[in-house]
Amino acid sequence: MAELNTDGGGGGKGGKVRSKKQNSKVDLTAMVDLAFLLITFFMLTTTLSKPQSMSLGLPDKNEDDVNQDIKVDENRTMTLLLGADNKLIRYVGLLATPVAGGAPKDFSYGKDGIRKELIARNKMVLEYSAAKGKPKDGIIVIIKPSKKSNYKNIVDILDEMAIVKVGDNGSYAIVNDFTPEETKLLEGK
Amino acid sequence: MAKIKMKKKSTSTDMTAMCDVAFLLLTFFILTATAKIPEALPVDTPSSTVQTKVPETDLATLTVGKGKVFFDLKGREVRVRTLELMGEKYNVTFTDEDKKMFSLMEGFGVPISNLKQIIEMKSSDRSKAGQPGVPMDSLDNQLKEWIYNARIANIEVNDKELQIAIKGDAKEEYPAIRKVMDICQDQKINSFSLVTGLRTEDF
Repeated sequence: MAELNTDGGGGGKGGKVRSKKQNSKVDLTAMVDLAFLLITFFMLTTTLSKPQSMSLGLPDKNEDDVNQDIKVDENRTMTLLLGADNKLIRYVGLLATPVAGGAPKDFSYGKDGIRKELIARNKMVLEYSAAKGKPKDGIIVIIKPSKKSNYKNIVDILDEMAIVKVGDNGSYAIVNDFTPEETKLLEGK
Repeated sequence: MAKIKMKKKSTSTDMTAMCDVAFLLLTFFILTATAKIPEALPVDTPSSTVQTKVPETDLATLTVGKGKVFFDLKGREVRVRTLELMGEKYNVTFTDEDKKMFSLMEGFGVPISNLKQIIEMKSSDRSKAGQPGVPMDSLDNQLKEWIYNARIANIEVNDKELQIAIKGDAKEEYPAIRKVMDICQDQKINSFSLVTGLRTEDF
């Protein structure tokens, strides 16, 4: 009776039917693949979905000192007019009497357009200020978004300000007042 | 000369430990992930290179798109308190159930008289409801009141000044954005966060 039935399929003879021993190793490769795929998915969706933001400070709207205009050197100012259909016009100095090379001109957004101009002008202004003995005075950019310009244009321009780092030496401001000449410039050809 | 026979290595590695680690990490990420609440007003934000994150708390988001403005607020207690203050101001009573629902819902864009209906809707119906935006004309400037009361509520609850984020659609015309900024500036809020997407400098 104390005999082990060693041969596999002896068949019949009242011996116990042994279940075949399964291999305990499972191939986990596919499972690991899937797990890592899901990890990647969750990692990317959790960390990348947080929206970015750009801080914007506007000057205090104080009704009392509207008339206290601050005089700035026109050689340091650059005005950007934002128009409809991504139109962008810049002039340097005053519109009636722009400085050399600063007459109103169309530019495009992005690195081949306004950015090159901003970098070049920023450098020129810093040299000009250094010659006057005030090397800290950088460019002053006046951004004038017209009623036809869209939100993207403003964010694009503010982004250029951040890329060119206008804020380090100079400053920039969003101004909503349009002179009739500027309106004409934006509308006309 | 007899060749040295290289012992043939088994190609299958033991994946058990790797599988354990992978699933542990997976569980962690699933549990830490917060379910994204569908936006009441989907907008296509413009991109910028600036890489500052939007704050997680003490924030009111004004979503501007298609000429409408939607209001959203972070923090449950702040939301409840804001709703109470707004209810007092406009003589609308909200039940505790309403307040609880409001504290959990996403942004909204309806006049306060219709807010109850929106609160009672299912979240899947809210986005289809065609919300007209928070009124902000000079006769009935509810947006101003929402911002004002949210600031009070935030100071009461968290003892911090509320930050304002503006989430505008890229195609939105400037006057609509300016109007929202003007409403904030009338309350001497001069700094904003503009919600943007991310891009590289090479555009």
